[in-house]
Amino acid sequence: QFAFAFNKTAFDAKSIADAVKAYGGAAPAESKDVTLTAPDIAENGAVVPMAVASSLPNLKHLLVLVEKNPSALVAKFDVSDAVEPNFSTRAKMGQTSDVYAVAITKDNKAFFAKKEVKVTLGGCGG
Amino acid sequence: GLGRWANADAQVAANALYDVPRFGNVSFLHMTDCHAQLNPVYFREPSVNLGVAGMHGRLPHLVGEQLLKAAKVPAGSAEAHALTYLDFETAARRYGKVGGFAHLATLVKRMKASRPGALLLDGGDTWQGSATALWTKGQDMVDAAKLLGVDIMTGHWEFTLGMDRVKEIVEKDFAGKVDFVAQNVKTTDFGDPVFKPYVIREMNGVPVAIIGQAFPYTPIANPRYFVADWEFGIQDENLQKQVDEARAKGAKVVVVLSHNGMDVDLKMASRVTGVDAILGGHTHDGMPVATLVENKGGKTIVTNAGSNGKFLGVLDFDVKGGKVADFRYRLLPVFANMLPADAQMQSLITKIRAPYEAKLAEQLAVTEGTLYRRGNFNGSGDQLLLDALMDVQGAEIAFSPGFRWGTSLLPGQALTREWLMDMTATTYSYATVAPISGEMLKTILEDVADNLFNPDPYYQQGGDMVRVGGLQYTIDPTAAMGRRITDMRLGGKPIEASRNYKVAGWAPVAEDAAKAGNKPVWELVEQWLKARGGKVTARKVNVPKLAGAVPNPGLAEG
Amino acid sequence: MADPMRIRAQAQGDKAVVRVLMSHEMETGQRKDASGKVIPAWHISEVTATHNGKPVLSAEWGPAVAKNPFLQFTIKGAKAGDKVAVTWKDNRGDTRTDEATVS
Ligand SMILES: [Mn+2]
Ligand SMILES: [Mn+2]
Repeated sequence: QFAFAFNKTAFDAKSIADAVKAYGGAAPAESKDVTLTAPDIAENGAVVPMAVASSLPNLKHLLVLVEKNPSALVAKFDVSDAVEPNFSTRAKMGQTSDVYAVAITKDNKAFFAKKEVKVTLGGCGG
Repeated sequence: GLGRWANADAQVAANALYDVPRFGNVSFLHMTDCHAQLNPVYFREPSVNLGVAGMHGRLPHLVGEQLLKAAKVPAGSAEAHALTYLDFETAARRYGKVGGFAHLATLVKRMKASRPGALLLDGGDTWQGSATALWTKGQDMVDAAKLLGVDIMTGHWEFTLGMDRVKEIVEKDFAGKVDFVAQNVKTTDFGDPVFKPYVIREMNGVPVAIIGQAFPYTPIANPRYFVADWEFGIQDENLQKQVDEARAKGAKVVVVLSHNGMDVDLKMASRVTGVDAILGGHTHDGMPVATLVENKGGKTIVTNAGSNGKFLGVLDFDVKGGKVADFRYRLLPVFANMLPADAQMQSLITKIRAPYEAKLAEQLAVTEGTLYRRGNFNGSGDQLLLDALMDVQGAEIAFSPGFRWGTSLLPGQALTREWLMDMTATTYSYATVAPISGEMLKTILEDVADNLFNPDPYYQQGGDMVRVGGLQYTIDPTAAMGRRITDMRLGGKPIEASRNYKVAGWAPVAEDAAKAGNKPVWELVEQWLKARGGKVTARKVNVPKLAGAVPNPGLAEG
Repeated sequence: MADPMRIRAQAQGDKAVVRVLMSHEMETGQRKDASGKVIPAWHISEVTATHNGKPVLSAEWGPAVAKNPFLQFTIKGAKAGDKVAVTWKDNRGDTRTDEATVS
């Protein structure tokens, strides 16, 4: 009844590199052409907004990953000519971590942007 | 006798202080973080306000003489007393109380008279901080702000009254009178704006835009359940969009009314273009001079107008040919003895307080030492709360949040229920006691320390370090997250990571803590105060040992 | 049967910004119940979207996507009146499709 092929290897991967590899991507390189939008501090670790976008040509996939989650990969979006290479979702984060946006091109190169998102106990104020 | 001359002196000083000639054609009056103090109070400024990394040694991280030097304010003057902790007791007795809405109203009227069309901006933290604000759900402050003539406001602690109450005030009480602006508050579902992002007003023929920036970390620093359907955040990109939109609509002057905290404002000013000034609050920094920040589009003025009704910022622009040609900035201290009370405001305050006056005035003890809160690590007022919470509940350790509001008392003053509420009144001031492991104690201290000392201001939340009773520790503010706190000890013995300690606290942000049926903190402290036999001795303030960041112009010597 | 999605599709120039709120527990597979047994992961694993019946988007999601997931994407060449349909499937085989009109 599962009519689709869920990439279990990718979603079980513990590292950014392994998750990217599961989609055929090479070791990712940092790139200004990949944009990650995420808050500096998560207002709620259970609901952290994250957006991935890229201006690179020949895109195949855009990925959102949280390095210190039990499994790094949060979501993979396929890029088509019909949509802009720009997707937003919300993710769970158990602790402060680097968050990655990764773009994988049709020739299997991978590029990333990253940012630290802080998950704090909270409760202080001016 | 000398009395008449003393008065003459005060009058001369007052005239000099408040005689601020008009400059240009666009003026903003700015108050912020009054924390619901309707009556004049004593308020001691911090002697510890450390700047780390890029913030070392620059405003707002200067205290005492260092701050006076930067502001070119003579020591011993009234203004020096308003700005610093120096000779606090002597100067407080000499210059008297500060703030109070009736005195502030007089100053606002004077400034508005000399500056036709001037707008009064309220940076928020107005509806919280006193017993009457808590008991009336902010209504006292809403009525007082309307009478004061606030034109535009943004918020932070306002939100701890809950979303429904905030909407009720904004939509009903404020309708047609006060605009509540916040470009960075959106609904959590589809991200729709909750408030107007900005308003455009015309002043002497010049269209000006005022953009609101609410406290970005409200759902983190305060309980999220109060604002469950809203999200906040810094939102630079959206701010830039609002600035550009306001400019496109013809605004010749664009100011941001911000509750970011000053370090965040300084960074924001370097990243967002087209803003003439950020009028800031939240970190309670009374900044006597404006800071100019360069960015790709030019320069942005950043100011911060202190707290507790103590100051009124006056920012004048000379707008020529559709452009800001020049500006003047003054931070005016509100000395109750130098500004007569405005009769109308005074009668409103009297009316508001009447039903509660007896309860407020009840004397719980006389304090033998000065009680104050502000400072990065602890204050004697917080120490009193910590001592009370540990004693009453038999806890080994106590935590008190690093709030920056709360008023001061001089030695010999009556410690009334009103003062206790000034120090503790929030909508979630439950007292808690829980076993906490040594490992978790370290995690908590590290977490709060990073909120205060992260080298990137966007990761700061603008409070002070959690105050601790019982526990000693060493802190290096310049170290990385997780490595600032060392040598934690209780009664001289090292804290054991795996042992549980009995820890008292108050104002938990978690929702389950709110539902546990715990007593409000003031009940426990009152019980302790009443057992002191009428007087409470000066507190021995427990502060950590500093292992880094010293010497620092944000740290008083000695 | 899962609750319907809330979909908002708004035309902006020659594009449509589509925002979707799905109703799903998104159980992580990391939590334990009262007896200490691991609660198995239960999450939306695939999302697809069509524009006037033509596939435009496919995505794979893991259990780290937040409860009641949010998705935003932008369809090129879409205009007011067009139909946008979104489908999710979860790792138990449950599925749901909802449709909205671009406004
Ligand atoms: Mn404040
Ligand atoms: Mn504040």
